[in-house]
Amino acid sequence: MGLFKSVNQLGAWGHFKILGPIIIYASVLSVFPLGSSLWFLDGERFTSGPLTGGGVMASHTFLSLLLFYLYSFHLLRPIYCSFGSNGFETTSVPKEEEFSEELLLKPLPDYKVLAHFHFTSISPPSSSNGKHHHLFPKSIAQLVKKYKIRELELSFTQGRWNYDRWGASDPLSTANGKPPGVELWALFDIPTKEEIDATWRNLTHSLSGLFCASINFLESSTSYSAPLWGFLPNNGDLRYGALPREAVCTENLTPWLKLLPCRDKAGIASLLDRPSIYRGHYHSQRLKLRSDGLNGIVIEQTLSVVLQPIDRTSWSMHQLFKKSLTGKCALAKSSKVFLEIERSLVSQNENILELVGEADMVTNDQRDHSTIYQYNVERYSEHEALDIRVNWKKLLQVSFLQAPLHASRFLMGSGNERGSIAISLQSARNSTKGLYDNSKNCFTRVVILQVVPWYVKVYYHTLRIYVDGAIRDAKDVVEKINVTPSEDKVSPGTLEMMLQFPCGMMSAALILDFDKGFLHIDEYPPDANQGFDIPSALVSFPDFISRRIYPDSISSPLLQSYKGRNIVKSYTEVLLVPLTTPDFSMPYNVITFTCTVLALYFGSMVNVLRRRVSEEERLAKSKDKRKPGLIPLLISKISNKVRGIKEDSANQSQSSEPILGPKVVFKVVLIALIAVLGHYFFNSS
Amino acid sequence: MEVAEVEAEVEKKATATRSRLIVRLAALLVSHSTLVSVVCCLAGLIALLVLPLLAKNTYISENALLPGSANPVLSYQHVTQANNLIMDIMSIADVKEAPDIEIPKLIAKYMEILGAETYHHKFSQPQNQFHPLYFFSSSPNSPPTLANLSYGTSTVGIIRAPRGDGKEAIVLVSPYNTQNAGGIDASASASSIGLAFSVFSLLSRATWLAKDIIWVASDSRFGDHTSVSAWLNDYHNPNFIGDASSNRIFKRAGTMACGIVFKVVEKERREKYEDRDVVTMYAEASNGQMPNLDLLNVVHYLAVHRQGIRVRIGMFGGLVKSHLVRVLGEVMQQVGRFARSLNPDWRFEMPSSEYVEGTATLASSIYSQALGVPTGPHGAFRDYQVDAVTLELSPRFSLKNEHTRLAFLLKGGRLIEGTVRSVNNLLEKFHQSFFLYFLTAPNKFVSVGVYMIPFAFLVAPLPIIAASLFNLTSNRNPWRWLHTAKPLLITHTWSVVVTLLPFYISKISDLPSTHCMLTWAGGSLMALVILYIVFGSPYSKHVEWRLLKAVMIASVSIGLCLMSIINFATAQIGALFVVPMCLFALPIRVKTNNSLIRSMVMTCNLVMAVLGFPVTAVALMQGVIKGFGTVSILEFWDSMKFLWGWNSATYLYLVLVHLPCWLLFLHILFHPCH
Repeated sequence: MGLFKSVNQLGAWGHFKILGPIIIYASVLSVFPLGSSLWFLDGERFTSGPLTGGGVMASHTFLSLLLFYLYSFHLLRPIYCSFGSNGFETTSVPKEEEFSEELLLKPLPDYKVLAHFHFTSISPPSSSNGKHHHLFPKSIAQLVKKYKIRELELSFTQGRWNYDRWGASDPLSTANGKPPGVELWALFDIPTKEEIDATWRNLTHSLSGLFCASINFLESSTSYSAPLWGFLPNNGDLRYGALPREAVCTENLTPWLKLLPCRDKAGIASLLDRPSIYRGHYHSQRLKLRSDGLNGIVIEQTLSVVLQPIDRTSWSMHQLFKKSLTGKCALAKSSKVFLEIERSLVSQNENILELVGEADMVTNDQRDHSTIYQYNVERYSEHEALDIRVNWKKLLQVSFLQAPLHASRFLMGSGNERGSIAISLQSARNSTKGLYDNSKNCFTRVVILQVVPWYVKVYYHTLRIYVDGAIRDAKDVVEKINVTPSEDKVSPGTLEMMLQFPCGMMSAALILDFDKGFLHIDEYPPDANQGFDIPSALVSFPDFISRRIYPDSISSPLLQSYKGRNIVKSYTEVLLVPLTTPDFSMPYNVITFTCTVLALYFGSMVNVLRRRVSEEERLAKSKDKRKPGLIPLLISKISNKVRGIKEDSANQSQSSEPILGPKVVFKVVLIALIAVLGHYFFNSS
Repeated sequence: MEVAEVEAEVEKKATATRSRLIVRLAALLVSHSTLVSVVCCLAGLIALLVLPLLAKNTYISENALLPGSANPVLSYQHVTQANNLIMDIMSIADVKEAPDIEIPKLIAKYMEILGAETYHHKFSQPQNQFHPLYFFSSSPNSPPTLANLSYGTSTVGIIRAPRGDGKEAIVLVSPYNTQNAGGIDASASASSIGLAFSVFSLLSRATWLAKDIIWVASDSRFGDHTSVSAWLNDYHNPNFIGDASSNRIFKRAGTMACGIVFKVVEKERREKYEDRDVVTMYAEASNGQMPNLDLLNVVHYLAVHRQGIRVRIGMFGGLVKSHLVRVLGEVMQQVGRFARSLNPDWRFEMPSSEYVEGTATLASSIYSQALGVPTGPHGAFRDYQVDAVTLELSPRFSLKNEHTRLAFLLKGGRLIEGTVRSVNNLLEKFHQSFFLYFLTAPNKFVSVGVYMIPFAFLVAPLPIIAASLFNLTSNRNPWRWLHTAKPLLITHTWSVVVTLLPFYISKISDLPSTHCMLTWAGGSLMALVILYIVFGSPYSKHVEWRLLKAVMIASVSIGLCLMSIINFATAQIGALFVVPMCLFALPIRVKTNNSLIRSMVMTCNLVMAVLGFPVTAVALMQGVIKGFGTVSILEFWDSMKFLWGWNSATYLYLVLVHLPCWLLFLHILFHPCH
């Protein structure tokens, strides 16, 4: 029954919608008959027919169109059925590729503005066009198909998400807060571990080419890990890697924009003025994709920037982006701009924010945490650009919803030998009172995922946990722990920990000691370096769900994603570990020095050992008993030459004298004097 | 020893054979040991005196620093804001009851307006405890005792770099004294805070920051160093047990890249007219460690070439006026001129005034390194391997006038802004330039390769003399030196006892330093007597004075070489005292042919026996540097307490190397000569 209903609802317009692209393609074919074979190389159905002659082709195309039209019904049938029976809440599965663009603006308490661009592309499970896509980026579809990816998220981030001020427990900040640099994780649909690792390696290379970034550094087994439940519960098919040092720039944005059907030429993406968005205090560009047989492939491309308006008290979209929004991307199904205002900014008595411009719709979420103003971009044009303006009527200090515990991480100790990693958790001061009772049975669960490179040799047995200034036995606090110790030059150490803290706890600290390892000479960067990074730890709170449910009247993929059961989580800072940095010119000096010393030592040693002294003495006695030493001989030779005396007589006189007689000294001084004078005269002339 | 044995062999077969050239050269050196040692010592002394001539001009080695490449943007707006803060602090100091609570609050309020994360760090005065071997433990981690009634409060503000990743931080420290808020230098103290605030307010709006900025307005009621070192200790080694609230508020910002300490000091009317603002750099940290020379270069470059501020470093004023040094300067000038007339390429001519100043600065540089005590709060940073420098800014005009104060703040602020900007540019650690150097002027330095030469010359004759003495003894047994090991052992055991005695003396509370000194001396004497009773007299039949001297020289040269690795400057100064003692030591009763030489050597010996005693040696050093009027021998206890209070290895050197050497010297002097 469901099938008939939905098909009937489609009506004539629905028929045209399905036929539309095909008709366009047919006309294209007839116009360019020669190039056509190239155009549809991957559309199996089309290339199968003879495409050379114009007339023949037209009739064949028509036939195949007809066939396809019927066949497409056949294909879509099971989906319609499943949709009818299964109350899947996220997205209604469209029968064709879809693209929607959204922008969410949110004033932050420190007078900054969060701009969150959200682009969704959906490709149905079996595309109506076979391997061809007309909206959906083909490179991504190929990636998914080739590497059997179930889920993937890639983020490029610069700056730090300020959990204290910009919020930590609403869905937007939970999704926005990403560690600096690149973070990549993927879930594969592959059974064996070896194959997953091989696929991951290929995937990193593909993504690296696709996004012009050095994601391929994640290829090496020392840089990625496979957490079992610390990141996402999985069956060992998840791989997680982070590159904290990767710089983010327009080079990464351009390929990301190429995935959009309108690029940044029209629609909301046209607001992306490079100087404005890279001037922001936080910049996070993400690609998230999900793929399954049910929903097809869904890509969410998001870009979050926190901008500082020039005038703190009043800003408008045009001021922020230096561009105006003049219309939607023609290929987008929906194009909307939202303005989200947190309840804490709209205090009980007075509204401290003033909006200029009329919204198309205003709604609150179910639990009244925030208000959404919706603007449909379709209504605006070149003549009347969409420009939302917000004025702060009053400056005051408010804070957004905090996570139950504020996590920070730091290094302890100094020197090049050892140190400790400390993760400190502090309850958010205001939210504790209202949220929990102090009864004994109340516990907060915290999950910590910490990946540590192998050259930081963490001793996991040294784990010490302090709760409210007293040391606690790990057994009392740790509910579940999974440690994968690092292996030198093979794999990083991974620590997944589920902790249980009493609700009334004010602060906790976890300390792990480590030794700093020595790198191999070719693992060092070529120059003396700043230090080595420990990627951010992830602290998540499985008992806390960040979700906001808006009335169904707003159909928006962005707000739909707010409805999901997202666990509250936050990333800690990246740490910089200064390792011993050898001065690579020093070994050269040391080698030359030691070689000289060793040569002298061993030379004389060997000489002493292999000499037979008595033998030599005998020889010396018998042969040239009276042969003088090297230096006196040389001196005498030189002096003989100077004076022109015969060698024999000189020899005789020399042998009778002691080594350092006054005569010799006199001669040496004389020669030195002559040399100095000679030098002086030659130089002065 | 091997050389000596070979040499003995050679002597035996005097004319029969000829050995290898290298062995013969060694034998030659040993047989002419007196000549060699005299020549080497003279060369060492001359090389030491010539060091100011050999100083090179400093240069910025690390290209990434780019000092002064950006125009300073600190404006009058920032300075006026800072001036408001200064006025507020002054008014609080005048009116309010408890400035030590109000001023930190005020500073925190100003920091928060800028959007910085702020907190107060409380610390108490550390117990000055004596730890004889504290020097070897790297991380001083003692639990803080806030039970102490009086504690200081430092205010800390952190600016997060807008686009940075928070891995590194630059620390600005501005000490101020709340106890003395209404005192004479109150305006200068408040100006330090103002100066820091003006820079901080600029940096809070800077978009170019790559490293976080931490400003520590440190409460210097227990001295500048205490507050900074307490904060650094809590930063690196927090204590999680006990009161958790202080840990809760403590915020951090990554690995420290550099520390800049600055304070404004308004000096009273000097005799000398100053035509410019002056900044004095202090760089010496504990045990002769220095920050990377590049840091000093950046400050010097920006101060001189951008802001027109005069840069000074520590200098001994007494030496500038000294006639001896002046005469030396004249001689150097003449020698340089003569050398130049011989060969125009030999350009080591230096005007005598410049030489005199260079010598005075070099002496100060060596002395402060040798003392092993940091010259300012920057020393606390060096304990955590962070390069840091203290800048003492003194204005040209009085700070009481608002216009001159604003102008001064602008100048000083721009200097610090430039320095921060340079360090911020740094992609790597400070590594490019020198860590081991002496300064002879703010822009001249002597690197390790050059200043090692005098020390090498001074130490080189010691093994040669030892070998020749060993050779001259009548006993022919190669293990004959073992007999002398006993007195050596006694002396060194005694020195260890002397090292540890102050630990027990300092346990007795409320003892005036004179009494402590006398107790120490008495205890040491008693220990020596007991050791003699237990082990017997050092003058046994087998102990020849030559052997004793040879062993003493060997042990001293080992001690000196070890010390030169720990703190070179101490070893350098120590060698000046110890090496003559080693070379001249001669028993009074020994009979020689030449009575003239004997009487000269004896006079020298007696003088050295007095001057070589550590107590008089320290007094002599201080007298040379600070003038003899202030020196008294009984101050020795205080100066030693000062040394161990700062964990200086110089104390260990004095007691473990110098003192046994002196005792052995006395042993030789009074040797019965059987």
